[in-house]
Amino acid sequence: MPTQKTIAATGNAVVAEALRQCSPDVMAAYPITPQTTIVEEFAGFVAKGRVHTEYVTTESEHSAMSACIGASAAGARVVTATSSQGLALMWEELHIASGMRLPIVMANANRALSAPINIHCDHSDIMGARDTGWIILFAETAQEAYDNTLMSMRIAENPEVLLPVMTCLDGFITTHSIDRVEIMDDESVADFVGEYTPVNALLDLENPVSHGNFAGLGGPFFEFKKAQREAIERSRKVITDVAAEYSVLSGRPFGMVETWGMEDADVAVVVIGSTAGNARHVARQLRADGVKAGVVKVRCFRPFPFAEIAEALSGVKAVAVLDRAESFGAEGGPLFLEVRSALYDSSERIPVVNYIYGLGGSDVRLELIETVFKDLSDIAAGEEAPAGLVYLGSR
Amino acid sequence: MQQLAEIRWHARAGQGAVTAAKLVAETALELDQYMQAMPEYGPERMGAPIKAFTRISNVPIEIHCNIENPNAVVVLDETLLAIVDVAEGIRSDGVILVNTCKTPDALRAELGLQGSTVRVASIDASGISLETLKRDMPNTPMIGALAKATGLFEVDPIVSHLKKTFGKKFSQEIIDANIASVTRAYKEVSVG
Repeated sequence: MPTQKTIAATGNAVVAEALRQCSPDVMAAYPITPQTTIVEEFAGFVAKGRVHTEYVTTESEHSAMSACIGASAAGARVVTATSSQGLALMWEELHIASGMRLPIVMANANRALSAPINIHCDHSDIMGARDTGWIILFAETAQEAYDNTLMSMRIAENPEVLLPVMTCLDGFITTHSIDRVEIMDDESVADFVGEYTPVNALLDLENPVSHGNFAGLGGPFFEFKKAQREAIERSRKVITDVAAEYSVLSGRPFGMVETWGMEDADVAVVVIGSTAGNARHVARQLRADGVKAGVVKVRCFRPFPFAEIAEALSGVKAVAVLDRAESFGAEGGPLFLEVRSALYDSSERIPVVNYIYGLGGSDVRLELIETVFKDLSDIAAGEEAPAGLVYLGSR
Repeated sequence: MQQLAEIRWHARAGQGAVTAAKLVAETALELDQYMQAMPEYGPERMGAPIKAFTRISNVPIEIHCNIENPNAVVVLDETLLAIVDVAEGIRSDGVILVNTCKTPDALRAELGLQGSTVRVASIDASGISLETLKRDMPNTPMIGALAKATGLFEVDPIVSHLKKTFGKKFSQEIIDANIASVTRAYKEVSVG
């Protein structure tokens, strides 16, 4: 069993530590708040010889992801990290990385997108990238950011998957807060992550291949996309299997969906990231007052756990979906659209209310979550659900 | 120790409040507590008012939001009293600790807390720092004073953590000066 030590560290520090423990061949990155300390720490590891990684400093995120793609296609184990505008600038490369089936692992520090300019947390950046073909994991805490990063490497490089994986952590709230974290020893991580055997590597000169070729009319473009869909569907089992193995090793379970109090919940909140802790805290207090409150945390957004969500919410009288991102002009935020879709095949007609919260780092006070549960209790007692989405805590 | 202690730090950027918030959290971890420490990030420049937060608990901490109802407020720069409502949201059994030469009674009047159950504590952390470190770096003495005023820690775990964490970065002279600051502030803080 691994030796684990308990440390006081920020989310970014333990993501950098996890990336170091994975011994990547290449990191190509560009710093951006609030991701900066990940690449800063990692550059420190390289400078001190604590990891043997080719660290490529680029002049933009567009170039950083391009360099990652080149290195990964060549056959290297590749990692990077970004945030917000940086992720937006990578947009075309994100599709190329997944289309070329390159198992790049990237940390994303969730931050709002301009304009107006804002450096604080919301999920606009990652939700804008949700259809780029990457597997997307979310962390509630620094501990989960560490664990997700290590698991990402195994998921991405699994021959049944071969897709890039993004591990998201909330900007400042998780990236910069010092938290209590358990870190595994290097050897156990190395055993868990294993050696990377690239598939179709450009530097495999015995078996020459080319990547990203023209596949226009009559070419296999359509079939490539179908193969990507099949790969991300296969990743569901791989994610579950990797998580099961990791949980034996670390003692920390991972579910694509993690539930609290859902065995007998009347009212439930569905949420992503650091706010899940606030929701559980309030739900626990409400339970003491006799309210059957529950929380459903989504830890894997792509592939989306439709079946798990439907099962978790079965029998609930009212559901709130909390979105930390907008989808302007849509029926609701990105998570709401997924959750309501997941419930469509259910014979129950559960009222689902969408709350947009915490944009641009707006503080998620416990009273706000209390308001949500109060609304749900009213709906469960027969009151009409509000029409349209609710902006939670906006002035 | 109580189940959850929430500390809000007020300072000017450059006074080491973020480091202090972190040192307190790390000391708590060494006592096998759960903890969080986070600065409130904004457009920071030297001398601007800043806030930082520390949470300590004997059970895992799940909440991720600013501290609005602190058990303790620590003010590293008394000129902030005129421009920031440092007492905002403080719990009725809480304590406000200020780096100042004033007495707790004078501070209580200045804060408008006459008749309040909130305790008010003062310590000349800048004075101690000038004598021990030879410069005005009030953050470490404030940790000593906070420990005493709140009963959060004894002085020993703070000193042992300082030795451990500063040992990697600073000379013995600086480590000793910081330990002297913490120990003196622990003894000299007045609580009214």
